[in-house]
Amino acid sequence: MGKLFAVVLTVITLISTGVFIARVWWLPPDISVLGLGIDHQLMETMLASGVLFVVSQLVLALFIWRYRDRGDGRPVKTFPGGSTPMVVIATVLVGAEILVLSLVGTRIWSGIFLSKPDPAALKVDVLAEQFAYYFRYPGPDGVFGTVHPELIDDASSNFFGLDPANDSTARDDVVSASLVIPVNTPILLTMHSKDVGHAFFVPELRIQQDFVPGLVIPLQFTATQMVKKEIVCTQLCGLGHFNMRAYLEVQSHDQFEQWLADNAP
Amino acid sequence: MTDQHGPPSGFLRTHVFSLDHKVIGKQYLDLALIAVVIGMVLSWLMRFHLGFPTTPVPGLGTVAPNGAAGGIMTPELYLSLMTMHGTIMVFFVLTTAPFAGFGNFVLPLQVGAPDMAFPRFNMMSFWVTCLALLVLLAAFFVPEGPPISGWTAYAPLSALGKDAGPGLGTGQTLWAVSIAIFCIGQLLGSLNFIATTLDLRTRGMTFSRLPFSTWAWFITSVMALIAFSVLLPACIMLILDRVAGTSFFIPGGLVVSDRLQPHEGGSPLLWQHLFWFFGHPEVYIAIVPGFGIISQILPVFARKPLLGPKVLIACLVAIGFLSYTVWGHHMFLSGMNPVSATLFSVPTLVITIPATIIVLLWIGTVYGARLRLTTPALFCLGFISVFVSGGISGFFLAQPSIDTYLHGTYFVVGHFHFVMGVAAMFGIFAATYFWFPKMFGRMMNEKLGKLHFILTLVGVYCIFMPMHYLGLAGNIRRYSAFTDDYMKGSLPLHRFITIAALFTGAVQLIFFFNLVWSRWRGPKSPVNPWEATTLEWSVPSPPPFDNFAGHPPEVTHGPNEYGVKGPAADYVMQAAPVPPAAT
Repeated sequence: MGKLFAVVLTVITLISTGVFIARVWWLPPDISVLGLGIDHQLMETMLASGVLFVVSQLVLALFIWRYRDRGDGRPVKTFPGGSTPMVVIATVLVGAEILVLSLVGTRIWSGIFLSKPDPAALKVDVLAEQFAYYFRYPGPDGVFGTVHPELIDDASSNFFGLDPANDSTARDDVVSASLVIPVNTPILLTMHSKDVGHAFFVPELRIQQDFVPGLVIPLQFTATQMVKKEIVCTQLCGLGHFNMRAYLEVQSHDQFEQWLADNAP
Repeated sequence: MTDQHGPPSGFLRTHVFSLDHKVIGKQYLDLALIAVVIGMVLSWLMRFHLGFPTTPVPGLGTVAPNGAAGGIMTPELYLSLMTMHGTIMVFFVLTTAPFAGFGNFVLPLQVGAPDMAFPRFNMMSFWVTCLALLVLLAAFFVPEGPPISGWTAYAPLSALGKDAGPGLGTGQTLWAVSIAIFCIGQLLGSLNFIATTLDLRTRGMTFSRLPFSTWAWFITSVMALIAFSVLLPACIMLILDRVAGTSFFIPGGLVVSDRLQPHEGGSPLLWQHLFWFFGHPEVYIAIVPGFGIISQILPVFARKPLLGPKVLIACLVAIGFLSYTVWGHHMFLSGMNPVSATLFSVPTLVITIPATIIVLLWIGTVYGARLRLTTPALFCLGFISVFVSGGISGFFLAQPSIDTYLHGTYFVVGHFHFVMGVAAMFGIFAATYFWFPKMFGRMMNEKLGKLHFILTLVGVYCIFMPMHYLGLAGNIRRYSAFTDDYMKGSLPLHRFITIAALFTGAVQLIFFFNLVWSRWRGPKSPVNPWEATTLEWSVPSPPPFDNFAGHPPEVTHGPNEYGVKGPAADYVMQAAPVPPAAT
């Protein structure tokens, strides 16, 4: 049984690792400025963890093979140096890895979530609700109309609860069911939810952020390629959660301006 | 001193409302067995739908006419099965079996006590837990069906009532009531474990001679006492939000189902903080008993002492402490201040140091061993393998900058199933095969045990390793099927996982057969079939009702004396008389 176990464990380890190395299933191509850093960090972690995984599983398999009881009555041996090498190895190796990954990782994280918004960023107000997203652009006046929850009425397409009759800043707001943005332009989303928790995830942008009812949460990114990709909700939001998706359309600047003009109220 | 109680008389007092810790331990294990069967069937149904979304399940349409007309489940039925699967498995299997179940049976025996410190509380804790399961299962039978908000029940989805969707009415209330009741059971149980370990140790059972499994149950009890003390009020607040119109977790201005909700001032993040302040230690409540069980069993079959016993205890204490500092790593993207993500990331990564040390101590114990590869030994070694696999993927998720991509994907599902589900289950299997002879006085079948092990090992890797590939490819969780364009390419891999899950599930029938058959038909067990050192192996199998027949043993040795030179054996029992020359 010891031999079989050791062989099975080795095969499992090699196949599992092989599929990672061959990239049979892998991340979709990155389309954002910050995605590069995230991918790099992921690869560093993959490499370090992969080595740890393979070494520990193979050592375990080897020991099971080597030290199975063969009924020969040989005496047992203690590990050279006792537990001290274990403590030192774990603390130094894992500690160093933690230090490096944390230092680099914190820079990447800060770049996404802690950097000051670019003043030139295009601001898009995002409303999440069961089970749709709505995106609002401030229009030519550059100011978003005030939101009034009591005026929200999906039947008359007033998803945000705007009051154009009394609020001049709301009159030119452009509302869309797709997130249309210009390429290579910093985007600043202000995210809020109408009802329950939702999330914004575009795998190709490498970022994810929850919508929290009662909070307005900023999220910045810059898309580098003109593509059409899906935005998905990753926070369980009710029976239609699986259906909560929208499109991200990255266009050229001219196309985007034209789109804004075409969709003006 | 324990609350004295005489031998029970009558069927009810002996088998149902028993005060005996051994009966209560078995009752907990039976409860966990029932729960795990339900939880596993739910996962099969989910997996079948994920792999074969257009193929009807025979009979499902009859059982769930609203949720699966024609045998094909709706997305909301999928979500309710997922919620019930997670809740049942985390609370009623992974907490109940390794901690309350084996802890109850073994801990008093290992410390040399006649029973738990508070036998009546002990009985109450079991029946309260039983009631909690019944209340949870009742959610299957209410008109709107079971809750659909996941085992984490994030507010405000879980707090708003039926306006938020089907299953979020009575079903969700039953969920919150069930978990609140469960917390009470665990609080009673963990107090009992702590008091028994502190006060009822027999003569000579110093803390340095305490078996590692008992150490682990003791540390787990302290963790459970704190964790469930937080979850209980959180659940009460959730119930109040749902039925009494309070707004602990619901902010103002929410419009749900076209209705402006009559709440204001609450915070959805408060629920997440309270839940994960419990939830992360809960992961360790599920796995630390496994650490103790493996550390105790591995040396028995390695025939040599565990490497670094004091280091192990220090690491277990460190993990217990650190587990309370990391809850925010579930909330990197929740909208809490992004600075705190960095703060929560560091202890999350640091906790891998004691965990790595423990794994290295086990591997170092295997080095130079004379491994008797019995079924419990195999599950111990399997535990090491799956725990390493699950632990390593945690390294990715602990980093906020990578979590921005992997959060909410199958990578997370693969990670926590390996580390918390499969590893903890391997610990439960190791404990079952190891202590079964003591519990029932009969041995389990070794051939069936080994077959069960090797097929299960292959099966769990085939299920959970591919989930990491799916996660890398951006495949998100909590979707009932990937049939439209989004992630359509993942279907073949989902199908493979489904087949592996059904196969692994079928393999468990070998275990169930072995369990039932051996209970009545297995060969009689000697007092100490494994040649182990701890006190439970010095009393008959099964032990008499007061464990030591009124003569508590005097402990003279530690639990770790294997591989020693002796005339007849290579180990020294904890209560072995000290030879005169040595005194």
